[in-house]
Amino acid sequence: MAGFLLRRIGGIAVTLLVTSFLVFGSVHLAPGDPASFLLGGRSASPAAVAAIKAQYHLDDPFLVQYTKWIGGVVTGDFGKSATFRQDVGGLIAARLPTTLLLIGYAGVLILVGGLAFGALAALRRGVVDRAVLVGTGIATATPSFVAAIGLISLFSVQLGWFPAFGNGGGFGDRIYHLTLPAAALALTFVGLLARVTRTSMLEELGREHVEVARSRGVPGSDVVRRHVLRNALGPITTVTGTIVAGLLVATSIVETAFGLSGVGQLLVSSVTVKDFPVVQAVSLLVVLAFVTANLVVDLVHPLIDPRLSHAKGGGA
Amino acid sequence: MTTRLLEIENLTVRLAAGKAARPILDGVSLHVERGEAVGLVGESGSGKSVTCRSVLGLLPEGSRASGGVRVDGEDILTMSSTRLRDLRRRGVSMIFQDPRASINPMRRIGDFVAEGMRAGGVPQKDALKRAEELLESVGIREPRAALRRYPHEFSGGMLQRVMIAGALAGGPRLLLADEPTTALDVTTQAEVVSILTGLRAERDMGMLFVTHDLELAAAICDRIYVMYAGRIVEAQSTEGLFSRPRHPYTSGLLAATPRLESDQPPHGVPGRPVSLAEAPSGCAFAARCAHARPGCTEHEPGPREIDGAQVACLRAEELIHD
Repeated sequence: MAGFLLRRIGGIAVTLLVTSFLVFGSVHLAPGDPASFLLGGRSASPAAVAAIKAQYHLDDPFLVQYTKWIGGVVTGDFGKSATFRQDVGGLIAARLPTTLLLIGYAGVLILVGGLAFGALAALRRGVVDRAVLVGTGIATATPSFVAAIGLISLFSVQLGWFPAFGNGGGFGDRIYHLTLPAAALALTFVGLLARVTRTSMLEELGREHVEVARSRGVPGSDVVRRHVLRNALGPITTVTGTIVAGLLVATSIVETAFGLSGVGQLLVSSVTVKDFPVVQAVSLLVVLAFVTANLVVDLVHPLIDPRLSHAKGGGA
Repeated sequence: MTTRLLEIENLTVRLAAGKAARPILDGVSLHVERGEAVGLVGESGSGKSVTCRSVLGLLPEGSRASGGVRVDGEDILTMSSTRLRDLRRRGVSMIFQDPRASINPMRRIGDFVAEGMRAGGVPQKDALKRAEELLESVGIREPRAALRRYPHEFSGGMLQRVMIAGALAGGPRLLLADEPTTALDVTTQAEVVSILTGLRAERDMGMLFVTHDLELAAAICDRIYVMYAGRIVEAQSTEGLFSRPRHPYTSGLLAATPRLESDQPPHGVPGRPVSLAEAPSGCAFAARCAHARPGCTEHEPGPREIDGAQVACLRAEELIHD
């Protein structure tokens, strides 16, 4: 188990190194001269341009630039944002709580909604199943910006139940402000998770051990809990891991739509103004989120299915 | 008159309309007395598993059943779901064919054996203690440690013993065994059979043993029912069946069994079983029967009593296969 963990963490380090190179390289492949963006389109004296280039090491060869950057990243220094004139680390740290709260909130909605609708569809074949299939089909096909606009117009503008804008202050108020964004963020993924849950549960429902449990007089709810849902958790966990990591990307649209100052909105605004250090740092954060989510999923799987145990010789 | 342990009377099971041309069970009647071992033999698709499962009220989805399935005089088909659950926990247990598929691979052995008892309200601690005793009685070494192990750590034969332990947990009066050794290799088959028959005798349970293997049924059972295309075609004591099979299908099955002492290769029954899409008129076996006459495809032969044997064949009196 310890060996498995060490190997996986080593693998994550390599993944991050490779992707950091790709992220750094791709940003530099983008058309346009960074220096002119750094100057904000203003015409500047050659001396000012030279100063900017020196500050951001823009005249160094690519590999040297990369080495300097990655050296800083390892020590926690992501460079300075061109637009904010601040440390990138500080910029992200200030916005991370909002984004994490939003992701956590949406994650809970996705899990509860996805599992409930999926289980409902699997266990109530017929009208309920078909209704859930149609509903999840629409949910999955609705882009989050459309969901955001729809939710704002219904719940903020017409009904006035929830605010359409801003972070709010204090935990309760923040949750209140984040309700519509979390719903907009969750909608697509609730549909996705419900469908995965439904398929996975239907597959388990047809298994022999489910009938055996029934034949032994185990009540229906226990059969569903211990034999159907329990065994269906594998695919559900895998998809949930990917969804949660993907939420970090999806927040960019929702945070922008709801005017939340979070990491997603920071990414969008930084891309627009070619604020390279910020884009690079947030991209790395996204990669980190995905590899971490995968690691967590891989650690959880053996707890669900003992056949996948990493320990040699079983757990007896 | 005392009630029989199991009495199936004129049981007919039809699948949902359009799914099959004929009923999967067509007027099946059989009984098992207290402490008696009864065999139910036939080819795959003959309806023996459906018959067996019907005793626990496990009928195919969307099917309709008529007739009676009575355990100690109580009809399963009209029973309340609460009463049926109680019967499944304490009265009747089933041993399924493939233990690897029948035991949840993600839960511990102890959870499996204790599950029925837990459902019946036995506290966890007592249920696990009882599970340990049961595992010991079916010959699992280190039963206490086995409780915490997972199914994939056991061989198929060991798992089938676990299955038997689980089936015995509720102290049933009637044991249903649906091809319990078909998924096992020959040596483990012998071990599992001897454990099963030993425990059955010790606890004086009635047993309905479903198999396609006549020899195996003969080794275990007092009486044997032979099924073909959803009907019982012959029922006799085991000795009677082997010495004087009355139905041409039974004698065909006997001839199909390979024998060591004979130089002749075994003869298979010609043709193939009747599928659910076919509904032949008259005797379903007539198309494969060497003794068939024109009349055989006109009238469905009802079961008749001849010398203590029940036979459903028009020519049962004239044909003696010995």
